[in-house]
Amino acid sequence: MTSLLRFEGVALRRGGRLLFENLDLELQPGDALQVTGPNGSGKSSLLRLAAGLLQAERGTVERSPLALADDNLALDRERTLRKALWQWLDHYPLDRALEIMGIEHLARVPVRLLSTGQARKAALARVIGSDASVWLLDEPLNGLDADGAWRLETVIGSHIKRGGAVLAASHQPLPGVWRRLELGT
Amino acid sequence: MIAKLMGRDMRRGCGGTWLPIAFFLLIATLVPFAVGPDAKLLSRIASGILWIAALTAALLPIERLVEPDRADGVLDQLAIRGVAEESVALAKIIAHWLSFAPLLLITALPASALLAMGGKDLARTELALAIGTPGLAALAVAVAAVTAGLPRAGSLAGLLLLPLAVPLLIFGAANALLLEAAISILLLAGSPFVAAAAIRASRT
Repeated sequence: MTSLLRFEGVALRRGGRLLFENLDLELQPGDALQVTGPNGSGKSSLLRLAAGLLQAERGTVERSPLALADDNLALDRERTLRKALWQWLDHYPLDRALEIMGIEHLARVPVRLLSTGQARKAALARVIGSDASVWLLDEPLNGLDADGAWRLETVIGSHIKRGGAVLAASHQPLPGVWRRLELGT
Repeated sequence: MIAKLMGRDMRRGCGGTWLPIAFFLLIATLVPFAVGPDAKLLSRIASGILWIAALTAALLPIERLVEPDRADGVLDQLAIRGVAEESVALAKIIAHWLSFAPLLLITALPASALLAMGGKDLARTELALAIGTPGLAALAVAVAAVTAGLPRAGSLAGLLLLPLAVPLLIFGAANALLLEAAISILLLAGSPFVAAAAIRASRT
């Protein structure tokens, strides 16, 4: 089976500090992998490395199309949620993405007025609408309420069933069934 | 994706477009106060003044060209989608030019009246500005990308951009249109690569 994301003997150095080395990981269709570890152990950096935003010091990274939801919202604050999200979607129906995260009633609200949790849901809606096979989620539960967490679990479940893969970084347990990778040990 | 990005940047740029234009007019208004209302003197230095005014007008929005998108992760999201940084920079150059240059060329008309500029001089300066402003826009985006994320980026950008814009200024004010075009093309061709390298280097 072909893998969607593969790290081989990867080492990453940031700001002169070696975060990890000889890291191997592989995501195949249907995989959900949670990266855990204490603060500063390199969880977010691992995701940015997977996304191609950082360069590995050693080793190789092979990737398929990905989508990333991290702390940076990347939605124009002065526009309405619908228009800001439209910027990023190609084929996926926008209303469907909003509906899945339960924020369709916010479509006409300017992004700058969204609460932390609502903004997080909007970032997840962008990932849902991205057509990418690999989802990279950085602390996806941050700011989410119970309903949001449930929606996230459901949509991850259906993404995996469709042959996608998810790589999430979180220091708290995520709902659902996850393989685990511990950093910083 | 690139068309969407360009449209978005245009809209964002045009939101504040009156500011550089008002600035441009203001400089043209201030000069007669500073050097006196001697029409002969004014008309002789008018083209140079318009160039200085255009330079500062292009410099004004420089902090908003790249930094907000870097800080908010827009550049990251574009990279993840496989959009080359060079294309992003080119889109930003085109959007920046469209959001300030056409209006500036129009505003040069009332400004020329304030400086007692003759019709022939005005036409020549307009042509030189039309040729030189794309290079100026390219330079502005490259400098904005190089300084993005640095403290006091605005002043630093000014210090970087103004000396590099000197060739544009010299050939533009001297009405050496072919040389002006050459410099403008050189800046247009080089800036996307400089900006792209700067954007990539700024990722940590």
